[in-house]
Amino acid sequence: MSRTFTVSAFALIASMSAANAQTDIQWWHAMGGELGAKLEEIVQGFNDSQDEYNVIPSYKGTYPETMTAAIAAFRAKEQPAIVQVFEVGTGTMMAAEGAIVPVYQLMQDNDVQFDQNAFLPAVVGYYTDTDGNMLSMPFNSSTPILYYNKDVFEKAGLDPEQPPKTWGEMEQFSKQIMESGAASCGFTTGWVSWIQTENFSAWHNQPIGTEQNGFGGLEARLTVNGPAQVKHWGNMKKWADEGVFKYGGPVGGDNAPPMFYSQECAMIMNSSASRAGVIANATDFELGYGMLPYYDDVEGAPQNSIIGGATLWVLSGRPDEEYAGAAKFFEYLSSPEVQADWHQFSGYLPITQAAYDLGKEQNYYSENPGSEVGLQQITLNEPTENSKGLRFGNYVQIRGVIDEEFEQLLNGSKDAQGALDSVVERGNKLIEEFQAQNQ
Amino acid sequence: MKRTIFNNQLLPWLLLAPQLAITFIFFLWPAGQAIKQSFLREDAFGINSSFVGLANFRALLDSPEYMNSLQVTAVFAVLVTALSMGLSLLLAVAVDRMIRSTRLYTTLLVWPYAVAPAVAGILWWFIFNPTIGVMPYVLNVIGYDWNHISSKTDAMILVVVASAWKQISYNFLFFVAGLQAVPASLREAAAIDGAGPVRRFFDITFPLLSPTTFFLLVVNIVYAMFDTFGVIDATTEGGPAQATNIMVYKVYFDGFVGQNIGSSAAQSVVLMLLVVTLTVIQFRWVEKKVEY
Repeated sequence: MSRTFTVSAFALIASMSAANAQTDIQWWHAMGGELGAKLEEIVQGFNDSQDEYNVIPSYKGTYPETMTAAIAAFRAKEQPAIVQVFEVGTGTMMAAEGAIVPVYQLMQDNDVQFDQNAFLPAVVGYYTDTDGNMLSMPFNSSTPILYYNKDVFEKAGLDPEQPPKTWGEMEQFSKQIMESGAASCGFTTGWVSWIQTENFSAWHNQPIGTEQNGFGGLEARLTVNGPAQVKHWGNMKKWADEGVFKYGGPVGGDNAPPMFYSQECAMIMNSSASRAGVIANATDFELGYGMLPYYDDVEGAPQNSIIGGATLWVLSGRPDEEYAGAAKFFEYLSSPEVQADWHQFSGYLPITQAAYDLGKEQNYYSENPGSEVGLQQITLNEPTENSKGLRFGNYVQIRGVIDEEFEQLLNGSKDAQGALDSVVERGNKLIEEFQAQNQ
Repeated sequence: MKRTIFNNQLLPWLLLAPQLAITFIFFLWPAGQAIKQSFLREDAFGINSSFVGLANFRALLDSPEYMNSLQVTAVFAVLVTALSMGLSLLLAVAVDRMIRSTRLYTTLLVWPYAVAPAVAGILWWFIFNPTIGVMPYVLNVIGYDWNHISSKTDAMILVVVASAWKQISYNFLFFVAGLQAVPASLREAAAIDGAGPVRRFFDITFPLLSPTTFFLLVVNIVYAMFDTFGVIDATTEGGPAQATNIMVYKVYFDGFVGQNIGSSAAQSVVLMLLVVTLTVIQFRWVEKKVEY
């Protein structure tokens, strides 16, 4: 009796010390549902691949909720080592110099091999400092593409294999579709801010703001009220009045996808990462994919589209061994196999050239139509100052301003020039405030 | 009134301690933090912090968005209070006249109160969704193009209806109890004197209900200004173009989503002052007209 007790006590102590030898690394993320399950599978893969570190993922709600939770935790000195932050939070994270450990430095400090050139420039460019050093680890990046209903195209007498290339065709096709009665609306869109304003500007090689769209520093200001953007917003209003375009709501445009699924609208512009969801919902018709349309009279279009999504930031103030583990985890995460698996499962873009090549080798793109459109679009041309991305403080609120002014345009209280002038004016006020807070 | 005399000076404080502790931790301390933050300019992580005096408040006064939010809050609070109190009074009077089925109706009418605001918001979101909702379909048949995503009026109607619906049960219960306290003899006497049902209601019942009505007025205004957060968040998120951005939602959005803590704190201080003022006004002036 006493012997069994001793033995089991030893076993208990032994197992405890084994558990203690592992370093726990907290990772707060915003991936719910199936993406969350896949994320946990990836983490499990890392935890099983070695026995020194144990990454613990915790789902913290939406992107803003996750970011707010991490910031609140940092203020209370209870922060996780790794947190997933969406692209518009980049300005806030970057400015918080004492709160973050840049990824390039993390890799250097922990002697983990890290070749920044292996990453896709259009993805990583969004998250580098002015010297080109990578500050956060891209995890899930996507870009907007065009989805269209081939059945409706056919019914309207259009070639179902030819999506509209220019906004002129977009209008012409939409009207033909509506006149033929194949659908009651031409197109809708998710994310007016991200797709019809930011990506629109990059795609037409037009600046969103000064100082290389804010990459140059906190002094940058918005200049998104240029002639190309004004023309486009003006057209959107005209098309909304004619019923060619239907508005799906602010932020992500929650009401846009149902309009496409129910075949009310023939086309939708939305994130390349929503491909799996679109396929699952578009069961009654044949689905087609295309690049974003452009105005052929704007010089430099099409340039390349920019990304959205989230990256992993490392917060300061944790024990050293957690950083060693985080560096190892990032190395695992950017390996071609893990990347290709995550990219093919989720529809997010791969972050390295090797993962892209692996997908090609596996014939993934030829077997899955539409899965390469986003990649082709972001790599269409070498990114310019106008199409590298954008970086402004308080940008979550500025996106809100963009939505609001677009709504003012739609309900007729402002014209396109007036609405975009207000975006610039109100946005710059928020940017000035951010600059004052961080100096 | 019964009075208890404590011989020991310590005992009453000990008995009060739990309540005082809760008040301090959950009310006074956070309120103090908000007041402190409202004078600071700080980055999200709290690394750079500087005292800016009243700059946050001045910025609010200069901000057309904030003025808009004040206006929206006023319209919203008045509409929600009027609608929910009016309807529940109507229902309570109707139930009061029933003889056998009073209990059943009362139980059914109280049900909505058990629904959490966020859930209520989601329900209304589904019912009024322009693409998949039932109501827009019905309204379309009678020739109204419902779209609360782009129409400010539709959005306001939606949040007012959803918020008022939530509060009807609560008001209803109090009105039913209040009506039962109105002596039947008074109404009978009036009836004998030849007063019709409408006259009886306005001359006898309604004045005697005034303590209940006054209490509900205070509660409903506070409800409309604070507790409707869940409804707004689940339906319109303050949009379109800030048409339903009531003050409490703006505090949340600017502070928690926008990470602009100074401005958000200043807004909550203004909100605190506003509620204190409103309550004082109600008790000083409106209550004088109440007959207990």
